[in-house]
Amino acid sequence: MFMRFIYKFSSPPYFYAISGKMLPWLTVLFFLLLGYGLYGGLVTAPADYQQGDSFRIIYVHVPAAWMSMFVYVVMAISGGIGLVWRIKLAEIVSISSASIGASFTFLALVTGSLWGKPMWGAWWVWDARLTSELVLLFLYLGVIGLYNGIEDKRTASRAVAILALVGVVNIPIIHYSVEWWNTLHQGATVTKLDKPSIHIDMLIPLLVMAGAFKVYYFIALLLRCRNELLERESNGKWIDELLEKVK
Amino acid sequence: MKTSSLFQAFGAVIKRDLVLAYRHRAELINPLAFFVMVITLFPLALGAEITLLKRIAPAIIWVAALLASLMSIDNLFRADYDDGSLELMVMTPHSLSVLVLAKVVAHWLLSSVPLLFIAPLMGLMLHMDSDVIGVLLLTLLLGMPVLSLIGGIAVALTLGLRKGGALLAILVLPLYVPILIFASGAVDAAMSGFPVSGHLSMMCAILFLAITLTPLPTAAALKMSLS
Repeated sequence: MFMRFIYKFSSPPYFYAISGKMLPWLTVLFFLLLGYGLYGGLVTAPADYQQGDSFRIIYVHVPAAWMSMFVYVVMAISGGIGLVWRIKLAEIVSISSASIGASFTFLALVTGSLWGKPMWGAWWVWDARLTSELVLLFLYLGVIGLYNGIEDKRTASRAVAILALVGVVNIPIIHYSVEWWNTLHQGATVTKLDKPSIHIDMLIPLLVMAGAFKVYYFIALLLRCRNELLERESNGKWIDELLEKVK
Repeated sequence: MKTSSLFQAFGAVIKRDLVLAYRHRAELINPLAFFVMVITLFPLALGAEITLLKRIAPAIIWVAALLASLMSIDNLFRADYDDGSLELMVMTPHSLSVLVLAKVVAHWLLSSVPLLFIAPLMGLMLHMDSDVIGVLLLTLLLGMPVLSLIGGIAVALTLGLRKGGALLAILVLPLYVPILIFASGAVDAAMSGFPVSGHLSMMCAILFLAITLTPLPTAAALKMSLS
């Protein structure tokens, strides 16, 4: 039953049709969440007693950082599914996630450094979290580079899936080694936001923003997948039928 | 027809690579020369102040070793891919990941073991203490095989590409981060007189993890590159 649904959903024409129907609803949901999250975060949430208003960048920074890791895992899992069951859609989801994930990672790094300047007095600190986020960006760049380097897109998808799976095993090792490296070298000189039991008025907009980011990722993913499908299946019969309808 | 056991096949692959390398002895010098030259660049750029060199010597030696490994790893499957013997290896009844492991062991013997003999000399030139050099050698012994094992995955993935070189570095270097951290951390700790067993245990763990896990994706990537 479940596998039947998966097979049906992963057939390109069906996916194309249903994703087209989902997109408007998702867009509405995204703007609702974003509107509420931004209003709550930028207007109603109280200023931090220590950081003043600069803390408000977390409403972009933290969701972006969460998404950067989430997207990598999605990329690896769907890549693995594509590798095992040869589902074309899973391969496309995997590679379409790569550049979105890289953008989230970049956004997290940029907003982090913008926040770091007034708070730490430096644009960049070799803090464990920053460094492992930077390494994550390199991993994304490797995936994108590998995909673009291989001519045949099916082969490229499989190569990317293998690399993403290797990366997913490595990320925890890298993360903890970097954390250890940092504590060995300079101790906890950099203040971590180590659960300072965030105020509920600050927390709710943050969670809403995280939801908005997730929906945004979903929208971007669907759009990219649809484009990629059209490109790869440009000889497919269902695309001809689609074009007929448009005329 | 005589069939060979998996163990014999493992030995045969190593032996073949060693013989091939012996026929082209001159090429064995290249990674060593590269290693020495990269290390020479640092005193030239930083100035010859002894305390400074001593302080950063482990980092320099490890980064140089990492780059030397990156440079030589590109040849891991290249020649076999070009002359078609890689396809024959894929077609043998033996598990490809075991044969891959043999290739990596041969590569380690040829490119990393010689470094172990030069590294103490480099350490002396950078004014490291002799007991610290011992720790440095241990980290190289434990860490270099991991570099070859992880590099093998990326080499297998980029095998069919025309411009694999730069891509290889991008794929591999982020994955080298943990080993670099633990290795130079161990040498640093030894220099300050702290115990190093923690670092070395972590490196051992990573080594065994790499030996057991990396041949699988490498074999999968090879099959993909050949198909």
